[in-house]
Order: sequence, then C-alpha cells, then structure tokens
Amino acid sequence: MPHANLKLNEPVGDEVKTTTCYMCACRCGINVHLKDGRVRYIQGNSEHPVNKGVLCAKGSAGIMQHYSPARLSKPLLRVGERGAGEFREIEWDEALALATKWLGDIRATDPDKLAFFTGRDQSQALTSWWAQQFGTINYAAHGGFCSVNMAVAGMYTLGGSFWEFGEPDWERTKYLLMFGVAEDHDSNPIKLGLGKIKGRGAKIVAINPVRTGYAAIADEWIGIRPGSDGLFVGALIQELLIHDWIDFDYLVKYTNTHYLIVRNPGGANDGLIARDAGGNPLCWDKRSDAAQSASSIDVTPAIVGEFMLPDGRRAVPAFQLLAERFLAPEYSADAVAATCGVGAATIRRIAAEMADVAFKQEIRLPQRWTDASGRIHEEMIGRPVSMHAMRGIAAHANGFHTCRMLHTLQMLLGAIDTPGSFRYQPPYPKSVPPANRPGKSRKDNGALNAGPLGYVHAPEDLVVDANGAPRRIDKAFSWEYPLAAHGMLQSVIRNAWASDPYPIDTLFLFMANMGWNSSMNTMQTRQMLCDRDANGEYKIPHIIYSDAYSSETIAFADLVLPDTTYLERHDCISLLDRPISDADSASDAIRQPVCQPDRDVRPFQDVLLDLGVRLKLPGMVDANGAAKYPGGYAQYMVEHERAPGVGLLAGWRGKDGGKQGIGEPNPHQLEVYKANNCYWHAEVPVAGRYYKMANRDYLDWAKALGFVGSTDAIVLELYSERLQKFRRAALGHGALQPPDSERERVARYFDPLPFWYESLDSLPPQAGEGAKGGRGKFPLSAITQRPMFMYHAWGSQNVWLRQIAARNFLYLHPETAATNGVANGDWIWIESAHGRIRLQAKLHAGTAPGTVWSWNAIGKRKGAWKLEPDAPEYTKGFLLNHVIDDLLPARSDGHRYANADPVTGQAAWFDLRVRIVRDDEPSQPANTIAVAAAESAS
Amino acid sequence: MTMLPPSSPKKLGLVIDLDICVGCHACAVACKEWNDGGEFGPLPDENPYGREPLGVWFNRVHSYEVEPAENSKPPMTVHFPRSCLHCETPDCVTVCPTGASYKRAEDGIVLVDADKCIGCKLCSWACPYGAREYSEVRGVMQKCTLCVDRIYNESFEEIDRQPACVMACPTRARHFGDLGDPDSAVSKLVADRGGYDLMPEMGYKPVNKYLPPRPRRDGCASKAAVPLEDKVDFSTSPLLRWMDKVLSR
Repeated sequence: MPHANLKLNEPVGDEVKTTTCYMCACRCGINVHLKDGRVRYIQGNSEHPVNKGVLCAKGSAGIMQHYSPARLSKPLLRVGERGAGEFREIEWDEALALATKWLGDIRATDPDKLAFFTGRDQSQALTSWWAQQFGTINYAAHGGFCSVNMAVAGMYTLGGSFWEFGEPDWERTKYLLMFGVAEDHDSNPIKLGLGKIKGRGAKIVAINPVRTGYAAIADEWIGIRPGSDGLFVGALIQELLIHDWIDFDYLVKYTNTHYLIVRNPGGANDGLIARDAGGNPLCWDKRSDAAQSASSIDVTPAIVGEFMLPDGRRAVPAFQLLAERFLAPEYSADAVAATCGVGAATIRRIAAEMADVAFKQEIRLPQRWTDASGRIHEEMIGRPVSMHAMRGIAAHANGFHTCRMLHTLQMLLGAIDTPGSFRYQPPYPKSVPPANRPGKSRKDNGALNAGPLGYVHAPEDLVVDANGAPRRIDKAFSWEYPLAAHGMLQSVIRNAWASDPYPIDTLFLFMANMGWNSSMNTMQTRQMLCDRDANGEYKIPHIIYSDAYSSETIAFADLVLPDTTYLERHDCISLLDRPISDADSASDAIRQPVCQPDRDVRPFQDVLLDLGVRLKLPGMVDANGAAKYPGGYAQYMVEHERAPGVGLLAGWRGKDGGKQGIGEPNPHQLEVYKANNCYWHAEVPVAGRYYKMANRDYLDWAKALGFVGSTDAIVLELYSERLQKFRRAALGHGALQPPDSERERVARYFDPLPFWYESLDSLPPQAGEGAKGGRGKFPLSAITQRPMFMYHAWGSQNVWLRQIAARNFLYLHPETAATNGVANGDWIWIESAHGRIRLQAKLHAGTAPGTVWSWNAIGKRKGAWKLEPDAPEYTKGFLLNHVIDDLLPARSDGHRYANADPVTGQAAWFDLRVRIVRDDEPSQPANTIAVAAAESAS
Repeated sequence: MTMLPPSSPKKLGLVIDLDICVGCHACAVACKEWNDGGEFGPLPDENPYGREPLGVWFNRVHSYEVEPAENSKPPMTVHFPRSCLHCETPDCVTVCPTGASYKRAEDGIVLVDADKCIGCKLCSWACPYGAREYSEVRGVMQKCTLCVDRIYNESFEEIDRQPACVMACPTRARHFGDLGDPDSAVSKLVADRGGYDLMPEMGYKPVNKYLPPRPRRDGCASKAAVPLEDKVDFSTSPLLRWMDKVLSR
C-alpha cells in the first residue's frame, strides 16, 4: 500500500548559509539551503531577533525572485529613443567609463548637477556618504514618498518615532490602537506581536477605512474617512482633558508641558520658550511663586496661569496653550463625528476605554532604576495603552501634524516608553530632533560639509540661496518644505524636466521605479523623462539606472548598471541607517553572498565604490589615488570609519573583536558576523528598558555604544519651539525670513502645537481655478495599500506571488456601488481632477462607504518585468497613480506646490478625491488610462 | 478501491487559529517552496508568466467578509487557510482505484503515491474540502503531506521537524501535533478555545481543527459607556481646575 520509496530523512540540501532577507524592509534572518549549487529552500532563522524563525510570503518566494527571468544580465546602453527600451549590451568597462565621464564632468563644474536618488535602498549609510563625497546636495532615498511624516513628527516630538524606530510593548500592552496600518514596516515583528497580544486578551482597535489584514483581526474596526484621523485624535484629546484622564506627573517629568511660553502677540519673542540668562527653559514654581529652571527637580511647576517674569515678559505654561487648543468646540466629539465618519459616542467610548486601561489597569513593574537626575525609583509605572501608525497617517498633506497629535495623545496618557505602551528601539531616543543638519556647503576637496540629508533645527539650516529660494532640485529643506528630512524623490523628475530651480545633467537612480508605481502622475512623468528642449536635446540629459530587474524605469535609462539579487552580495543593515533593533536590544546585520551570479552583473554598492575610485572621490582613494577599498563594499563595511571607532557595523569591533559600538576596525569582523547568523545583538540592561529618554541606566549604556552624545534627559516636546521659530520668521522676525510668497503658508503650518486641517488639494476653489479644488465634484476618497504578499517588494515577476494576485480591482462598499449604479464586476471609470482610468470594480463590505481603494503596484506597464503580452498585470491591473497629480492646484500667482505635506514634503498619496462614472459597456474588459499631456515648463 | 487502515491512536494534524490569521499567505508560499523541492514535488506551475498563471498549491488562503446574523455582533473579515484535513474516515482514500491515495496507519497522514496515481481525479471529487490539487503537467493528484518529509527527518534539528507552514506563520496561528493525544498541546488548545471540525456533517471526521475568532469587543459588545469613576467637576472650566494642581518633578 504505502509508498515503496518514500524517503523521510532526506537532507534539505548540501549546504546552508545564513543571511538577511531583502524581500521588503523588514530584514528578517534567513537560512538559505543550497543543493547542487542552487537555492533549494529559504527558511526563517529561528535565532534571529527580528523574525524568530517566521517568514512571510515574500520571504519564502525569494527563491523565485532570485531565479526570476526578469533579472538583468549585462550592462545596457540605450540605442533607441528614450522610453523605447532599445539597448545594446556593453561591457562593464565601457559602462563605467561612460558613467565616469558624465559624472566627472559634473563634479569638475557643478556637483549639484548630479541628482542621485535611491529608492528602496537598504544601504543609505553608503549611498548618502557617497553623495556627500561627490559633493552633491541632490541626494535622497524614497522616504519622501513613503513615511517621512511619521519619522519627522516623531523625531521633532519624541526623538524617536513609529515606523521602524519604535514598537508597541508586545509583552505588556493591554490596548493597541493601530492608525492607518496595513502591511507595514516591521512586518513580521508586528504579526508576531499581534498574535501574542491577542492571546493575552489585549484589545486591538483598527482605525482604517479598509478592514483587511491586521484590521481584520482587531476587536474593533473604525472605518474612518481618510485624512480625518487628526480630528478623531483631537476629539480623544478633548475627552481626556475634560475628564482629567491625564498623567500630569509624567507630563511635568518627561515633557516640556510646564515650560513657560512667552505671550507677546506681534512681538519677536512671542511663542518662544522663556529662558533664563543661561538659556535654560523656565517654569513657574508654585512653591517659591517665581520662575525657576524647568529642568530643576525641586520645583512645583504650574501648568496653567499667566505669569509675569522679572524682566516684564508675560508667559503661560505650554500645557495651557495645548488645553486651549483642544478644549475648543471644533475638537468636540460631536463636532468631528460627521467629518470623521465616526459616531461621537464611539469616540467618547474609545477615550474612556483608553483611560480605563491607562489609569485603572496601570502596570507597576518592581524594577529599580535611576532617572537622569540620579534619583532611584523602586518601580516602573506603566500605562499599557500602545499605538502604532503608518501610511494611513503619513500619506496625507496633514500627516505631520496628525502624527504629532498622536504623540500628544500618548504623552497625555503617560504612554511613551513605559511598561505596556509605545517603546523606543535603540539607538532611539535621540535628541529632539537629532543633531545632524543637512550638508549645504562644499569643502576644499569638493565633498559636502555633512551628509545631504539631516534635521533642520532653525531657518539657518535651510538649504536655500540668498533670496530664500530652493537650492535642492527636489526643493527639500526650502521654505516650501522646510523639514523634508528624507528629501522628495517624488519631485525630482518634474523639477529636473522643468529646470526648476535649475537644469541638472545626470539623474542617477537606484532601485526606484520612478517610471511607474513610485511616481505620482505616472504618464506625464514618463513623458517628462523623454521630453527634449528646443535644441532637440533631452531635458534631462543623462539618466543612469541601477536595478536587478527589468522594471518599468529601465526603458528610460541611457545607461543601465545591472545589480545582483540579494542572495549574491554583501550588504549592511547598519545602525547608521535604518536599524533592525527592537525595544529590548540594539541590532545590526549583514548580507553575505550565498551564491555567485551566473550573469554579468555586479553589486550596486561595489559599483558605487568603483565609480568613486574612478572619480577619485575623497575617502574612496588614498593619497596616491589608489582604491582604498579594493575589496569593495565588504571591505568598506569593515574598514570605513565615519568617526573614530564608528563604522557601519557595531558588533565585534576592536582589533580582537572585543568591543561593541565604538572601537577600531576588526579585520575579522565579517567572519564573526557570518559565524553568528549574520547579525549582532546587544541587550539593553534590564533597568534601562523603559523611560529610556530619562533613564540613566539606559542612557549610560546608549552613550557607551555611541547612540547618544550625553546622558542628559531627552525632553519630549509637547510644544515645539522649533516650529514656532519658523512661524516667527514668517511673521517678520529674525535675520532669515521666508520670501513673501511663502510667509502665509509657513506661518500657518508651522504651528508649535498640532492641529488638523483638511487635505490641501480639496480646499475651496480659488480664483481662476474653477471647481477643480472643490470637494463636491469628487465625493469619494481613494487610497491604496500593498498586499502583504508584495509589500515593499519587487514582486510581480515572481511566479508564486503573481499566482496570489496578478491583477487588482477597485474595491468599494456595496452602498457606494449602489449610489453610483455600479454592480460587482463592472468595468467603470474612476475620475479625479487630474485624469481618468478604466478599471474593474469589486464590492467589498470591509471598505468604509465613501472610500474606494485598490492594491498598489500590481498593475504593470506592458513590456516590463518579462511578462507575456497578455499578462493580467498589463491588461487588467491598474495604478491609481495615474489620477494623482504630483502638484497641488495653482496658487493665485500661478505657483504650484508639490502634492505634499507643507512641513515635511511627504507625498500626499491618500488625499486623492475621485468620482465613479459608469461605462457604457461595463462588461467589456480593458484598462485604459486617460491623462492630459504635461504642460510645458513655465 | 482502497482500504483505510485501522484507526490509529496517533492522529497528526494542524490546528489553525482563525482569530489571528491575517491572511498574509506566508503559510501557502512556505508550503509551496518546501514541497516544490521536497519528496512530493515538484508542484508545477502552468503559464507562469502569462495570462492566468496557475500552479499546484497544497495550501491556499481565502478571505471572506462575514455579515453577522445578529445586530449585536460586528461584521468581520475572516481569513481562512485551506489544506487537507487528514480526515479519519476520508472517502478520498476509499474511492482510489489503485491504492495511490492512502492513509498512513502509524500517524493518520493522508498521502498520494504518485507512482500509483493514474490521475482519475475520483479523490478530488470525493473531497468536499477542495483540498486536492491535480497537476496537469505531471498527470497526478497532489495534496498536503503534513510535510511528512520534514516531521520525521532525522537529518534536521528537532526544532525543524515541523510542517513548513507552521514554522513560517508570522502570527503563529498554525500549530502541529498529535490530536489523538488528549494531553498534547494542540488537543489542549482545541479544548480551551472551542476548536471545531470543518463541515462535521459530512462525516469524514477531520483531524485538523480550526479555532474560531474570539468574540470581538467593540462597541456592540462593551458593557459600560464610561468605565471610569466620574470625579470631574463639570461646573468649572478645566483650566481653573488645573490651577490648584500640585505637581512635582
């Protein structure tokens, strides 16, 4: 009966190597089993701190990505027109010589004419440093169109953030609110955590217009209207204030709640923190009835009232300003209910539930710890309400303030880095914001004075010219988008095409699919890449692109530098870039090649260093002009020092490998990593695991590892004086002020306290704009999400993943469908002010009425990704990007801002407003794109 | 026709927790990857890069919108992974004319011996769960093996002797064990959580069990509107109230 030859003890393969997954941003540990030189099986590494053995669909499908027929195999030189996809294969020497010629000419004249932008790059510690050494200010990765609102709001409020820099306390939380979280960063840790907390009986609330994925397993689904989360959170804050459901002790100990804010309407110092002669912030001490240092531990600070300082200035505590803002009628549950699409009773109940958990179910951990002032505490008090928020908050033009409002809610509850709440992941928290400013001047050797990205602390740090006009091609760090800490990749092609603010010579892209799903206004963007000037020359003279696969962007490149797959190269997941730490430990990791390429391709990081040598860039060549790292990136990872003793990898430093964090390079470092599952992991001392911002046990540890410069407490900023400094400049104070055209906008959006405003592209119509700006014509919100099995991945040529979904639909609630006369499966038109596309509708009860959505990046452009001509990705899939304008409607003088957050420059993907129009032949399949051609540059 | 073995005390199977399945397809792809190169592979794909890509999968995940029968319960999205349930009395085995489809006496796993399968598909007609997958390319029926080539594999570390789907599941919604042993972890889980058989009325006595979604605690289910004591004096502005707060740093 049974099998005659059933073998139950066959080994998986003949060899197993550990490395780190690159199928998304999660960066799990994997064991790659090899058999006869081929990848047999990729397994989650059970010892790895990120995934603890589990692996997502993408991770397991990595084998098909690795063997994808869409892999590039040789450098390519364009022979046809841009966009036609006609190339001839060339040798690497020719390719690198050509790139060196173009880049060398730029560096000799004006390094800023190189726009070097990387996409889903996991080697930004290298790429940003390379840009700095080249000397261009025009560098960024993809954060500007991803989640920079989350990063910046967090960094300017907490010195940490949601995103990858913090996590809910999965071991102890009792109540988790997830705002706009679909599949998101830290994908497997979030899944592990959700499974764990549901087992413990914690309540999960999903605030999201779409009930899929994580929202599906939540206890409560709040199908909020996109972009209104800030109102919802504001109403929660009002409820907390009204009922005194506030942790005042926490506020005065860890935040700037009690800092005195100068009240001097119209004056230069209005809204600034009152300080003593030594620059120390002041509070009002009720015991001495006098102003005292706000950081003193011997004061009884007032949190409301108006006080006269000895020098005659009047000031109020920051908390009073906050309370006045959120006690206003516009933030009442009743007032916000209709806009949010959430009942007032629900809002009140959620506030009460949070308060109940925070204060009635507080955690008291019997753990002794020492605070930053040296006082010893016998226990750690926890407010077990945690929050996580991502794209649904980030991808709106009000996302920065909405995210800051969320952090305000957390602060009021005393729920930041306490047992059961949101927790920082080392190396965070850092100072608010971190110290590094964007580089903007060049040294004698041509290198920038600092990395091109950083944190703008004050108007002096902006990257603008003498007239206050943008200096960067993407206009990041200008008065238009002052805190654009991740740059604005989404604006680069438009601005380069329009020579606004200036023409560039070479656009150098890595792993950024700007010819398709990573651009707003995709069809016009594709046209811009092909447009020529009056002399017949391309408006963007040179385009160099590096990718491992035949993505849509390849067709627009003049020179293609083929990358390896993630299983064929060294890589570095550095604490200097985007850490993979968790709240209890700091971690970094490497990738090692587990197989050799069978094609003529090279790791992009090696190519970049090779180009650096050919260009004789500082730091890449020695005094004789010879390569400093002839062993490529692997050598650089070990030997390069960013500061004395600080390199890309924190583990096993020092000559004998005995140091961590800081120590001289260890020539055997990579071998040790490889022997240790390719990661390094250092646990936070037990006494330092909570209250990290003001916990000496933590801060001492963090300082020893080089994560923080001092062990002083990091004060959370309920009130942001930094924002007020920009507003103050806009109001006519200080040496550096915005151009007149930007004053009103800066003054409005640089509010030191968070506030809610409607998305920018749906403000009432302005003069000459017609009805385009109004909401009425476009009554529906449209959003996207990536499916879990393709999140953050180059997934569609992957034969297994495309069997799960090879096309997408427009999902809408049956009520929305009925209102618009649409039946399940109808082909319909979706129209925005920008254009229209034809697509197929599918009814979905888990979508909030009034919102429509689709899976992003499933639709592909015919010819890309080596799919057959009738692949559903081409014929039935679609991108909503086509109907999203990359610019906002024109200002009265004709100027058009990017469709982005006015503080951070984050692309406002989810501000899209649409309507549905029936097609005469709803059963006739075929996707169609109809968008006007790009207007010529003004 | 093929005979079933006498009922064995050992009943290996899966327990799948629908409360925490997020529908990520990790289990399905891990299964595909393991088995494609394993003893029961390949799991062929047809039309891999063209129109309607199709392949053999031993495990598939479906998502459903569930509208409640009673108003007191919220609508739900349920993700439902589906694979062979390794039934105790499966017709898919007894209908097999060649003995290719069989149930192992020692642990109850239902397997197909590809060397004996003639591709008649009687078994897939007999299975009400849609768990069997016919490969046009190979001309044989294929199905979940419970990773029989992993779970006893002496060339593996002990920790790795589990089905690939269980090891991969990122929410840890999948559990593997002996459901014939009432003291096993999986049996206890089933008892604690009210694990149930899929379509018990068919009489095939599935070994695999599903754990139902826990009751949702949304507004419909919550008891009190405001659970906290209401100590607030609403007659005065909160700002006045906070004047008297004595706080220390």
